[in-house]
Amino acid sequence: MAETTAIATTAPADRAVARRLGWSVGAAVLVGLVVAPQFGLPPYIMSLVIEVMIFAIFAMSLDLLLGYTGLVSLGHAAFFATGSYAAGLAAKFLTHELVVTTVIGLVVSMVLAVAIGWLSIRLSGFYFLMITFAFGQMIYSVAYRWNWLTGGSDGLNIPAATFFGAHVLGSRLQIYYTVLVGFVICFMLMRRIVGSPFGEVLAGIRENPRRMRAIGFDVRGYRLAVFVIGAGFAAFAGILNAQFNFFVAPDSAHWTESASVLVMVLVGGAGTLVGPVIGAGVVIMLQNWLSSYTQYWSLFLGLLFIVLITIARDGILGLAGRGWQRLRRGVA
Amino acid sequence: MSQLAVEEIWKSFGGFHALGGVTLSVASGERRAIIGVNGAGKSTFFSIIGGQLRPTSGRVLLDGEQVTGLPPHKMWARGVTRTFQRNAIFPGLDVRQNVRLAILARRRMGSRILAGAGRHSHIDDEADAILGRLELCGRANVAACDLAYGEHRQLEIAIALAGEPRILLLDEPTAGMSPAETQAMVAMLAQLPRTLTLLIVEHDMDVVFAIADSVSVLHQGRVLVEGSPSEVQADPRVAEVYFGQVEAPQ
Ligand SMILES: Nc1ncnc2c1ncn2[C@@H]1O[C@H](COP(=O)(O)OP(=O)(O)O)[C@@H](O)[C@H]1O
Ligand SMILES: [Mg+2]
Repeated sequence: MAETTAIATTAPADRAVARRLGWSVGAAVLVGLVVAPQFGLPPYIMSLVIEVMIFAIFAMSLDLLLGYTGLVSLGHAAFFATGSYAAGLAAKFLTHELVVTTVIGLVVSMVLAVAIGWLSIRLSGFYFLMITFAFGQMIYSVAYRWNWLTGGSDGLNIPAATFFGAHVLGSRLQIYYTVLVGFVICFMLMRRIVGSPFGEVLAGIRENPRRMRAIGFDVRGYRLAVFVIGAGFAAFAGILNAQFNFFVAPDSAHWTESASVLVMVLVGGAGTLVGPVIGAGVVIMLQNWLSSYTQYWSLFLGLLFIVLITIARDGILGLAGRGWQRLRRGVA
Repeated sequence: MSQLAVEEIWKSFGGFHALGGVTLSVASGERRAIIGVNGAGKSTFFSIIGGQLRPTSGRVLLDGEQVTGLPPHKMWARGVTRTFQRNAIFPGLDVRQNVRLAILARRRMGSRILAGAGRHSHIDDEADAILGRLELCGRANVAACDLAYGEHRQLEIAIALAGEPRILLLDEPTAGMSPAETQAMVAMLAQLPRTLTLLIVEHDMDVVFAIADSVSVLHQGRVLVEGSPSEVQADPRVAEVYFGQVEAPQ
């Protein structure tokens, strides 16, 4: 996996400049997202941004496994969907309170991830990919076939959520800001995680699991931990998606969803958190834009993906990083 | 009592016996060289002790306690660390981070999931001290994959030492090094405290003489001869094993 990651190996001074630049851009984007609705963001665009933020959380959660730990999962959508269904069912049968449904969605998904992860992480490489794929399809079958519980192929309608008893999550604007807050919290949390000693251990496992065992790390334990944590964030994205669309369909668990989020990570740049965010933005925008022109949009998207990965294995972020360095050298 | 005892270890791959009943014991603080021609089973033997491989039969005892077949991280927890001949570093990380990992393991900090890395600058200092001992000071910020081959091997030892093992198994630490690098490595190894037990697979007899108290010769998966370096070098059976071999001890 080493080649798909953008671990900084440049001089510390360069790294500091890049970090400052990153913070500035990040702050500007955040301010832009906060104030944009005040300047009359069209509803259509607002919905699109909501979707991008939700899928950005989903993509970052996958990157914890893919780019940071070197685990290529093709079943990550299972946790997104499990979060959706668990929270949706809780909302339907138990309470409309978002805090409670969210906790239920998280707990159910992460317990499932312990079971699936415990069985999967003993395999590595291609076999890990295949077993996560298989488990993902099992979850899909459950969502599709258990009509009595999930509504089957018709999907599950979910009542509008309340927040501490208040009906404040009805309008698109309220949903926009709620998702924005959720996105920022997830981003900061994951940033903390990948920058922690635990995050360093993940990088070590990606680079050389055999050596990590020899210097004392229980590699399986760490892999399971990150699998469950990644599932938790994916579930959170799924919960937001279901609660604010008032609906969840079995397709959200299908392996093509797992593949699609994998593409987002690779397009943006694996091994970073900003990369998946960019990837989610690019893929969702393109999907929207292309599908309004041609019914062959997925073909064009696929071609674009192939071209991008051919010219830059580290995605758009890696491409941008190299362009930036060339620019600086040109100026200096 | 010996610190490490290995009794009648067999290891088969398919029908092939890589180890055919190795028995050997090492005292605390001893420096033991393991020599033998290519394919004699030296690395396999280290893998059994390090926990990378389970023996087909036989026992491994640490301080008299049976530890046969424990996984690597459990052997490590009992103070045993081994190095590898190949692919033993973290290529995409910088040199300091490579060493930091072993320090995090020793301090059992790996599960700290919400602690900022910046708050652990004392770990950087500790890593730099170890890099200094292996003459890698100026290379701390270089990506490990960009190191020269000899430096690679030095980093490999730095990672192992950072874990502060009681028993260290070095698998051909000087292979492929320049004479100057070999000399520096020998000087560093000679300075290691006697609280550490050292087992070293080594082809260069100068290195063996400089470091080892005793030598075990492995041949076709068994211990052929054991003794002091000069006894072993004078032994006719050893000469016979090495006769015509590229790696004859000089
Ligand atoms: N995983 C394995 N599968 C099959 N044969 C192996 C394996 N590992 C080692 N061997 C064989 O076992 C013998 C001893 O190997 P090894 O311990 O690496 O020797 P040495 O380190 O002394 O050169 C060799 O013949 C080697 O081919
Ligand atoms: Mg060997």
